Amino acid sequence: MSGAADLAHQSLAALSRLLEAGQVSAVELARLYLARIERHRSLNAFLDVRPELTLAQAADADARRARGERGVLLGMPIAHKDIFVTRGWASTAGSRMLAGYMSPFDAAVVERLAQRGMVHLGKLNCDEFAMGSSNENSAYGNVLNPWDHGAVPGGSSGGSAAAVAARLAPVATATDTGGSIREPAAFSGITGVKPTYGRPSRWGMIAFASSLDTAGLLTGSAEDCALVFNAMLGFDARDSTSVQRPDEDYTRDLNIDLKGLRVGVPAEFFGQGLQPDVEAAVRAALDQYRRLGAQLVDVSLPNAALGIPVYYVLAPAEASSNLSRFDGVRYGHRAEHYDDLVDMIKKSRAEGFGPEPKRRILVGTYVLSHGYYDAYFLKASRVRRLIAQDFQEAFKQCDVIAGPVTSSVAFGFGEKAADPVSMYLADLFTVPASLAGVPALSMPCGFGAKGRPVGLQLMANHFDEARLLGVAHRYQQATDWHTKVPAGY
Amino acid sequence: MSLTLADVHRIAHLARIEITDDQARATADQLNDIFAMIERIGKVDTTGIAPMSHPLDGVQRLREDAVEPQPDREALMRNAPEQDQGLFLVPKVIE
Repeated sequence: MSGAADLAHQSLAALSRLLEAGQVSAVELARLYLARIERHRSLNAFLDVRPELTLAQAADADARRARGERGVLLGMPIAHKDIFVTRGWASTAGSRMLAGYMSPFDAAVVERLAQRGMVHLGKLNCDEFAMGSSNENSAYGNVLNPWDHGAVPGGSSGGSAAAVAARLAPVATATDTGGSIREPAAFSGITGVKPTYGRPSRWGMIAFASSLDTAGLLTGSAEDCALVFNAMLGFDARDSTSVQRPDEDYTRDLNIDLKGLRVGVPAEFFGQGLQPDVEAAVRAALDQYRRLGAQLVDVSLPNAALGIPVYYVLAPAEASSNLSRFDGVRYGHRAEHYDDLVDMIKKSRAEGFGPEPKRRILVGTYVLSHGYYDAYFLKASRVRRLIAQDFQEAFKQCDVIAGPVTSSVAFGFGEKAADPVSMYLADLFTVPASLAGVPALSMPCGFGAKGRPVGLQLMANHFDEARLLGVAHRYQQATDWHTKVPAGY
Repeated sequence: MSLTLADVHRIAHLARIEITDDQARATADQLNDIFAMIERIGKVDTTGIAPMSHPLDGVQRLREDAVEPQPDREALMRNAPEQDQGLFLVPKVIE
């Protein structure tokens, strides 16, 4: 049997085969990862770890296997972003507002994966209420990038990304509203996939922006992602935006033939602002696709540059509505001293929310207010449709769209934290797919400045996840960027 | 368009978030930067373009108006800051 570190460096697919062959038990795997999580506490990726609960789940998975049950995910460890509510582990959304909150139910995504026998390692750090691009907005401290402890891991799913990059979990759930899976995947050198909006259930996913929030995964490869998507994605009657489509096998196109595949390259994603080191790695990846038989096609997303202003009107507006439930009445932080009900609510919210949620709530309140609704909110929703239409036009000429995920490699702590707008611009290449609701992923394609990872973004049309994962898998069969592990992990 | 201190206080009140004058001043500067970035959308021609509230133009699904099993009230109230006899307690509202 392999040594402990060797096991942790295995793909989820390989671990699954070892579990199936009886060469490792769920309890042994759980112990291994719990030990790694403890050893690498300094990353601050995890917020709530409860070994006894994890080991109980692992023992149960082993018992199910002993009774004859089989399944690719039976006994497989996973960690959940703290934006998903979980029984047993606290659910804080990275905020003081929900410090110590114990949910009476599990999120749909958590429930589905537990049903297949996945073993929960613990809750992962994130930017507060999923608002941020560096995990510097967590009320529970920064998360370190395992590739370079002086760099951010990305956000808002920084804990998920750091955990997977450091091999503290073979897979982690995450959410992507404006890029919060893809950007940390790029910064942390791993694979991150955001499905079509509405494909995974949002039941039990603490809401930030309801028309944008999408559950997804951070993991080592497209193949590993496909295996978990099979259990994770699907209609849920409890989520009123859940798409009614039959369940799919997301591994079905992994061995897609790339010959003749049209890869669209949008000119707007290669303008000024894109750092040369990132551009070089991305273009090298495009060359790789050409060598694999794909055809590169010039496409245009003319309104893509408007994505940031549109997103920073719509997302805060929706957030101002979603976060109005946090009033100190039924759950969450309640102020200690207040004069009356309104004062209690105002103080509870002022104390419970950090600066970024407050900023976004204020922006959102303003753009929805009387006299400004038409010029801002309604206007932004119309421009959103222009951006979505651009994708439909582009997909008439190509099968997938490829480009950078971020304009630079991971930045250092504090570099953008003082200037909210400069932080928002980190989402430039990711928000268009969010606004259009199309599936998109980031996978490692090289290294840039300071030896920090670079990600390649692939986007496909609605419900085309299987092909998207196949196109990524073929690249990962021909290259080994996704197998690299940071020194010391 | 530039936000004044009074604007920030008014919005904070709408959002039910307490804010001091110092915080309002700092926030006004940041909000003005954000709005300067957002202004651009005003110049875009959106004649004949319908607003998009859902990326797939989804429609609200309806269900039968039938009673479903009651959730566990005790479990739901476990995180209540203050409660009594199955009710959430708040400062007196009606004099």
